[in-house]
Amino acid sequence: MKSSANPKAFWLHVGVVVLLFLLQFVLPEYHHLTATRIMVLAIFAMGYNVLFGYTGLLSLGHAMFFATGLYTAGLTAYHLEWGVISSFIAAVSVGAAVSMIIGAVALRTSGVAFMIVTMMFAQVAYLSTLYFTTYTRGDEGLVLPESARSFSVIGFDVNLVDPVVRYSITLGFLALTLFIIYRLVQSPTGRALVAIRENESRTRMLGYNTFAIKLKALTISGTLSAMSGALYALLFAYVGSSFATIQYSIDALLFTLLGGAGTVLGPLLGSFMMFYLIDIASDYTTAYLLVAGIVLIILVMYFPKGLLGTLREKYFPWIP
Amino acid sequence: MDFGPFLLLASLEGLVQAAVLSLTALGLCLVFGVMRIVNVAHGEFYMLGAVLAWWLTSLVDMHPAVGFGLAILVGPLCVGTLAFASERLILKPLNYNPEATIVATIGILYIIQQSVLIGFGPDARPVDAPFYFRIDFPWFGYSGYKLIVVLVAIVILLGTWYVLSRTRIGLIMRATQFDGEMAQVFGIPVNRVYAAVFAAGAMFAAVAAVLIVPIRQAHYLMGLDPLLLSFIVVIIGGLGSIRGTIVAAILIGMSDGIISMFFSPTLAKMVSTLLVALVLVFKPEGLFGHKER
Repeated sequence: MKSSANPKAFWLHVGVVVLLFLLQFVLPEYHHLTATRIMVLAIFAMGYNVLFGYTGLLSLGHAMFFATGLYTAGLTAYHLEWGVISSFIAAVSVGAAVSMIIGAVALRTSGVAFMIVTMMFAQVAYLSTLYFTTYTRGDEGLVLPESARSFSVIGFDVNLVDPVVRYSITLGFLALTLFIIYRLVQSPTGRALVAIRENESRTRMLGYNTFAIKLKALTISGTLSAMSGALYALLFAYVGSSFATIQYSIDALLFTLLGGAGTVLGPLLGSFMMFYLIDIASDYTTAYLLVAGIVLIILVMYFPKGLLGTLREKYFPWIP
Repeated sequence: MDFGPFLLLASLEGLVQAAVLSLTALGLCLVFGVMRIVNVAHGEFYMLGAVLAWWLTSLVDMHPAVGFGLAILVGPLCVGTLAFASERLILKPLNYNPEATIVATIGILYIIQQSVLIGFGPDARPVDAPFYFRIDFPWFGYSGYKLIVVLVAIVILLGTWYVLSRTRIGLIMRATQFDGEMAQVFGIPVNRVYAAVFAAGAMFAAVAAVLIVPIRQAHYLMGLDPLLLSFIVVIIGGLGSIRGTIVAAILIGMSDGIISMFFSPTLAKMVSTLLVALVLVFKPEGLFGHKER
């Protein structure tokens, strides 16, 4: 890996954000909405990537963090009638707390056990969304009322029903996430994460507290996932149990692997590609998840580094 | 019904659950124990066994026992062949890397599940039991087939125990499990043992599914529950320990059956799942396992 202050890498990320900004003026209505949804899920995948791609920890429970954000935002808005901003802040804070607590317990294990433990915790979270059906309405879910979809900041009235507003807010958070991760992976902490991925015992021997660093990575990862879930709930005004299923955890893994685990832009690229791949497949068959299975196997067998990872290896060693 | 008979009924249901679960979990446990990989597609092999049983019995237009006999012979064989092929084509090239195989078996999970959806549709399919007779207790009648399922499971488990501990095949498998490299040095074709174990593991799941399918219907999404339950059992039993797995299967199967009858099944699952996660965190060698060498 080259030095961190490569201007090309910085401008590449700025370029991607500008491109996405310009894209909204040319996209037709359906794709405009789809792009908003993909960007929200891309934040989820980028959060997942901090843990999986950079720290090398395979979690199958990230749907739990996504659902924590989704339900905290949704339930506070629906039952307590909190405003959009306070629901969002509550969701991100609860997400941070939950990921730190789960992390402190789950990180006592490693390897295969970590994967099973995260999956089990996520399954408990999913089952509780079904069990507390009085508040969550389980599979059927809650639709947030019209009143929970607008708010005003410093004199501006913002209405989340307007697709342009939704797109811009999402893009704003996507840019923020990109910036956070871009800075993180070039910071000493980011280097330590990669060191843990490559050889944890050596990193520990060098004097790093690997447990604390892993917990930090998991907390950042879980908080970003919860933020994505909160955005999803508030922007699309719906929360339901299906978002807590193991399939959402696998989606994050799939997006990350496709775009390139351990690259900043990989999950974003992977989200766009996989979403459209499934979208096209679902025109032909109800069994569109077949595509997900085939892509997973092809990736793990022939392109374990994903698209951007392979490009970085062959042509662009400066991609962070 | 009084509490006593109700408890008896709940225990019988739990026993059936435990029988099927111990077969399914034994398959997962063999694969994990010998190959050190987690097979996330295990539940789909189970589902495929059930769906094939429905398909095979629907082909035969005779007494249900004939169709069922065909299903229990041919179904697991087909599943085993598929598992063998996927092991050779996908897992072996990945060199059994633990994390790569998890991702790959998730891929296999989707492919099997969605292919069944394409081939057989989204409906739940009933299968006729090979015979009907009721055992009459003073308080209620109970399906004799369910008790036969328990008996068959016990016979298969005893057979497996005999093969593993008293035959040459079992010796080879135990040697591979104990130390793969050393077994290789002693001329054991470790590579082929892996393929056979993976196929056998899938076949255990398929047999369990064929046995249960006259009680529960075949459906393309039925694989997730047995997968999670098998994970729970294999972990509590101490990853890779066969005796522990069977004890844990009886424990979990019985308590799941009983708790589900008295309380909400969702609550039962939440509690057991959470307990298992904590067992894995605080006692990673399982309740009955040995510490890693």
